[in-house]
This record gives sequence, structure tokens and C-alpha cells, in this order.
Amino acid sequence: MRTPVAYYLMLSGILFMLGTVGVLTRKNALLIFMSVELQLNAVNLALVAFSRLHDDLTGQVLAFFSMVVAAAEVVVGLAIIVAIYRRRRSVDVDDVRELRW
Amino acid sequence: MPLDNVVFWVFAPISVASAIGMLLVRNAVHAALFLIVNFFCLAVFYLLLDAPFLFAVQIVVYAGAIMVLFLFVIMLLGVDSGVPVRERLIVQRPLAFALGAAFVVELFLAIRAGVGFTTKAPAVFTANEGGNTQAVAKVLFTQYFFPFEVTSVLLLVAAIAAMVLAHRKARAVTQAEIDAAAGEPAADEMPAYGSGTAAP
Repeated sequence: MRTPVAYYLMLSGILFMLGTVGVLTRKNALLIFMSVELQLNAVNLALVAFSRLHDDLTGQVLAFFSMVVAAAEVVVGLAIIVAIYRRRRSVDVDDVRELRW
Repeated sequence: MPLDNVVFWVFAPISVASAIGMLLVRNAVHAALFLIVNFFCLAVFYLLLDAPFLFAVQIVVYAGAIMVLFLFVIMLLGVDSGVPVRERLIVQRPLAFALGAAFVVELFLAIRAGVGFTTKAPAVFTANEGGNTQAVAKVLFTQYFFPFEVTSVLLLVAAIAAMVLAHRKARAVTQAEIDAAAGEPAADEMPAYGSGTAAP
């Protein structure tokens, strides 16, 4: 284990940043969703890196839980996207604005 | 240069490049493929960080199940439906990149002040004794048993929610339609077994 843990944390931060930029700049609901997945994965990497640093498995277990929650989130989110697409023939988030003030 | 350092520096640029590729491509299928590459790179990092169980879960659950689900939905909605006709994010786009850059700088400073860029993890991962999967199972089924059970409820709710949301109500079929269908079989219908003259 010769790579400093900070490198993993920095990489995780960069991936998280790219995911955030994707969420902020994309208009396709599916691509926004993929960016959210990228963010979740980046945080998982940080958790596993901390787990290694502190010699404690809690980080890995938390990453495991985060994967499970991400799977549930993907299932529900994609079902919502499919339902919206059926109604409007579009997955552009700008078309779904009824709840905006 | 030690081996894990080499592997890290090989896969870190690939993962960042695939994430950037996912940001820039217009086609949703290409974005999904870039994301799969990124997930495989993360799996390799889990292996480097002595988490072989999460390595397997990452490949099976993320690169396998979740991305197949994504591709399935992309194909279901039509590959072209995702491309927006107009780009109306003139102000937000540079703003988002500026915020991202600020975030990375802040993170760099935080890591330098907190963990430090020379801190190395302990040479031996003693928590992994007796095998990583066994050790994770021990923690999961003792200390975190209740959250684990709650997770099963969450998955059940998610499955039901997906069915409720994506279910299309079946159109009521009238008796007249059933009679019409029974009266005249469609031209391309296969003849019932034994009734036809074909087949020697």
C-alpha cells in the first residue's frame, strides 16, 4: 500500500465534481441520473479509502449500503422517467415544470 | 515504483477521462458505456484498497445490473429521444464548471490540511483478517444487522414502487372484439396442430 490515501480522496473528489457538473448542465433526465450515479460512486471510493486508512471495515459496509440504496433509487427513478415519457413523449427536464412556483 | 502505484496511475486517468466523456457526449448510449468504463475503474480501485468483496459487488451490481437497467430504459424510450433539440444553458454551463473547479480546489486544501498528501495507509489491513468477505459479513450481521434488515424493506418498497409507476393499465377488451377475433383467424396465424395438410 504505497499510494497515499489522499490520492484516492482527490480522485474521488474530481469524479464527484464531474458528476455535479453533469447534473447541473444536462437536460436529459437519463443523463442527469447517470451523473448522480457517478457522484454516488465517487463517494463510495472515498468511503473505501477511509476504511483502508483507519483499518476499519465500517467504511466498506457503508459503501455496501450506499450501493443498495443506489440500486433502489435507480429502480424508482427510472420507473418515474418511463412514466413521464409515456405521458409527454419527452425526457427533457425542462418539459416537467408544473411544480415550479 | 511499486505495483499498486502503477495500477493507480494507469486507472485514475482512465476513470477521469471516461467521466469527462460521459459529460460531453450527446448520445445517451455512449454516455452509459463511458459510465460502465468508469465503474470498472472504480472496481479496480476497490481491489487496490483491499476490498475484494466490494470489487465483486461493484462489477456485478453496478456495471452489471444497474447499467443494464439504464441501457434497457434508453432502448425502451428510443435512442434518439434523449438528444435535446436546443441548448438553452448559456449561463449555467460556465457557472457549473466554475463551481466544480472551486470545489476541487477547496477539496485539495481540505485534504492537505486534514489527511495530508503523504499519509499512507497502514501496510497491513488487519481488519481483513480471515478474508475480506468474512470480515465484512461479520460486521454487517452483528453491528449493522438492523440497518441491513431495513434495507430489505427498502428494496421491497422500491420493487413495488417500480411496478406501480411503470405499470400500464390494460385496455378493457369488449365482448364484440373477442367474438370478432374468434370468428376469423388472422391470416398469419399458424394452423392448429394436426388440422393442416402441410408437413409430411
